[in-house]
Order: sequence, then structure tokens, then C-alpha cells
Amino acid sequence: MAFRSIPEPDRRIPGHMDVLLPRRAHAVTVPSWRECLLSPLTMMLVFGCLIASVIGTAWAQDATPATSSTFAILLKWTPLLAQGFGFNILISILSMAIGTVLGVFLGVLQVSPVLVIRKLAWLVTQFFRNSPWLVLLFYSILLIPFQVTIFGQTIPFPGWLKAVIGLSLPVMAYMSEYVRGAIQSVPTGQWESAESLGFSRGQTMRMVILPQTVKRILPNWMNLYAVLTMATPLVSIIGVDDIMGYARSALSAEGRPDVLIPMYLYVLCWFFIYCYPISLLTSRLERRHSVKL
Amino acid sequence: METVETFFQWLNQSHGINLTVGYDAWDRGQFFGGLWMTVKLSVLSILLSLLVGVTGAWAQGSPYFALRAPVALFVTFFRNTPPLVQLYFFFFALGSVLRVQSDAGVSVPMVSAFTWAVVSLSLFAGALNTEIFRSGIEAVPKSTIEAAEALGFTRFQIYLYVVLPLALRISLPSLGTNLVNLVKTTSLAYAIAVPELLYSAAQIWSEQLNVREMMTILLLTYILLVGVLVSIMGRWEKALRIPGYGG
Repeated sequence: MAFRSIPEPDRRIPGHMDVLLPRRAHAVTVPSWRECLLSPLTMMLVFGCLIASVIGTAWAQDATPATSSTFAILLKWTPLLAQGFGFNILISILSMAIGTVLGVFLGVLQVSPVLVIRKLAWLVTQFFRNSPWLVLLFYSILLIPFQVTIFGQTIPFPGWLKAVIGLSLPVMAYMSEYVRGAIQSVPTGQWESAESLGFSRGQTMRMVILPQTVKRILPNWMNLYAVLTMATPLVSIIGVDDIMGYARSALSAEGRPDVLIPMYLYVLCWFFIYCYPISLLTSRLERRHSVKL
Repeated sequence: METVETFFQWLNQSHGINLTVGYDAWDRGQFFGGLWMTVKLSVLSILLSLLVGVTGAWAQGSPYFALRAPVALFVTFFRNTPPLVQLYFFFFALGSVLRVQSDAGVSVPMVSAFTWAVVSLSLFAGALNTEIFRSGIEAVPKSTIEAAEALGFTRFQIYLYVVLPLALRISLPSLGTNLVNLVKTTSLAYAIAVPELLYSAAQIWSEQLNVREMMTILLLTYILLVGVLVSIMGRWEKALRIPGYGG
């Protein structure tokens, strides 16, 4: 931990070297009381409000004993919603995995020494980065065949798999930009020294440059994952049953207009519980690795 | 116009590229109607989200906890929940409550789908804008504020004439990214049947069965829209640049 406290040397000053920098004690950043008060409290307050709103409506319902309470209805559908949410998580993890692998590849191509490859990779990145997620989802759902035949083997492409592909496209593009930026932020001295040690270009990229980019990309990557998770309910629009789809089925099965608000709040809550810790962790990482000017 | 239409008809007959938008007046009207709707949706949401962002950032800098806490809550909640579910919440849940009796005695929604889309999108983007402006305000050097104090500016004057102009310049790059995202997110309005670009394109391709062509046009149109916004933001950034301040 002590090494973290050594300030990043200013790379813009030529000749400014890492050696002989004074070793300082780890500067513990004590979060201000406002910060302490706001972040965990925010979470608790949000849940307090949500629970209060759910219970409150449940209370009101209990006054009319003929109908079951809102709370009971939510409880009844929770296993199904949990299943749907698990599906959301599965989709997000698969898309993230595919998107990350493709994105790193595309990002490396974006700094290729060959002009044509560089421009092409840039074009692909910009294309997928600037198109709406929903349109890309439609694109993959409607244009990928529902099955492909390779060597006489028929591989079916169910809707959810196409959704995974559709969601991984923007992830790929964002990842590509992050990788490009991170690679370009690695000082050129690293390239030169690797070259002088006899590394080939591919070896330098794999063994020297890319490992150094991980630290820089990590907060962005986690943020991207949270954004992706929040984009997964989009698959309900194109007919893949996720938490949103199940929630709407549950609502139409119950046919109770008074459950509408609690149910949607409940779904929002599920996502909040999952995404909020990720975003907290991300901002903590960002703060730790932030380059101070 | 005639020659353009004959060209697209020829393209369809000899190459099988069926761009009905090119030769069918009805489809063209529908498509450009959708485009106009998306532009309206984007512009309104951008303006409202900027308003939400500036107000939120101002409230977050306030010394009163009672003012700061709700804003922090709003930002945290809207940042960490899916925009689609937010939109559904507004349209289906709140929209089902906010109904009025029409003259014919039928209960009709008080707020249209378009308005709900604008509200939901601007709150979502506004929450992000609040964070962006706040970090911009925090990045304004303390010494600058002290200098303004020494020159006899009041607190409000400092905010208006010193902090805000500098913070805006600092936050412009991330603001641009967020606004681009907002324009992309307007396609969510499809889910609540606002006849925007994606919706009208989907109607065209389900009538004419030219999914591939419409899809390509749709993507290119969105990229064009985003390109226009990016160039506007770029110009704005350049116009606001103070020599020697920032990158």
C-alpha cells in the first residue's frame, strides 16, 4: 500500500524519472463527514422510502380484507422475479465477456501501425458506439438467422443468445475506446525499452503494454458493466423474458392497478441493489487511481 | 423528385434493395415524422436535463443538509436503475394514477406518452448531469474563488460569474458524452409507443418487409444525429475555450 502513495511522475516533463522520488507516508484520505453521512445513508434512505411506500400501500390494502395485500402479491411473485433477474445477470455477464474480448482486440487494432486497419477499427468502433443499444438489439434479433448449419450440424440461435450478441456489440465498441485510450497513455519509453530488450511488437503489446492498461481500464470497465446491466431490461422489448417481462406478466395476471407502482418500484429496487455497490466500488477505485494534476 | 423516385424504384427492381423511403411518399412521411419526433424528444430532454443538472449541482453545493440529501438520493437512485424501467414506472405506474375524466366520461391519461418520455429521459440524464456539473464545480480552484471574494463579489455573484462559467468549461467533455447517450436513449420511447424514429422504422419494415434496408438507414440516421450533436458540442467547446485554461 505504501507504494501507492508515491505520486505519479509527470510524464510530460522529459527526463523526469521514477527513481529517487521521495517516499512519503501513505496519505490517508479521511472522508468528510458529509461523505460519510451521504453515501451509506443515501442507500438506507432509499430503501427506507421504498419499503415504506410498499408497506404503506400494503397497510392501506389491509383495510379491505377481501383482497390480498400488495405486500403479499409482491412476495408471491418474488421467486419468479428473482429467476428473471438471474437471467438478466446471466445475459449481462455473457455480453460483458464477449464484448470485452472483442473490444480489447478491436482496441489493439485501433493503434495498429497499418493505416487501413487502424481506420477500419476506428470506423467499426464509432459505428457501434454511436448507435442506440435498442437499435443494435433489434439489428441482431432480426438479422441473425435463428439457426446456422455448419458441417451438417444445425446450431440453433435462440432469442436470448441473439440478445447477448446484440448487447455485446456496444460493449465491444466502448471497450475498444477505453483500450485505445489506455494504450496511448502508456509512456512511449515502455515501447522503446521493450524493443531494446528484443520484444517483437506483438510480444510488447501482450506482455508489457496491455498489463499496464488494466489498472487504468478497470474503473471504466466496471462502470460499463453497470451500464450494461441496466440495459438488460431492453431484451424484454424484443420478447426475451427477463425480470421486466415477468413483472409485466405478473401485473397482467393480477389485474390490480394499485400494485402497479409498488411492482415497478420493486423491480427498480432489484437493479439498485445490484448496481449501487458496483458504482460505489467504481468511484472508490477511480478516486484511488485518479491522476492528480 | 421524380428522378430520385425512379432511381430508388430501379434499385429495388434490379438489385433488390428495397428502400421504400426513397419512392413511397407515405413511408417517407412516416420516417421523417419519426425523425422529427426524435429530434423534438432529444432537444426537449437535453434542455430539461441541463436545467435539472444545473439546479441539482447548485443544490448539492448548498450548506443545508436538508437540501443536499434529497438531491443526492435522486442522483443515486436514477443513476443506478435502468432507464427503461424508469420509463415504465413513469408511464405505466404513475400514468395509471394520473388520469382524468374526459367530457365523455371516459378516464383518459392526464399526461401523454411523449411527455412521460421527456420527463423520464430528462430526469435520468439530469441525474448524470448533476454529477458532471458538481465535479466541474469542485474542480474550480479554491484560489480563484478566494480571489473573487477578495474583489468583493458576493456568494451568488461568485457562483454566477466565476464558478459556473469555469465549471461549465471543465465539464463540457463529459457533458457531451452524456448528451450523446441521451440522444441514443430516446429510442427507448419506442417501448411506450411514442412514434419516434425507431418506432416508425419498425412500422415501415413490418409493412414492407425490408428489415435489412430500413435497419441500415435507421442506424445511419442515428449516427448522423449523434454526429450533428457532437459537432455542435465541439464548436461550443471551441467557442468557450479560454486560452491557457484547461486542455
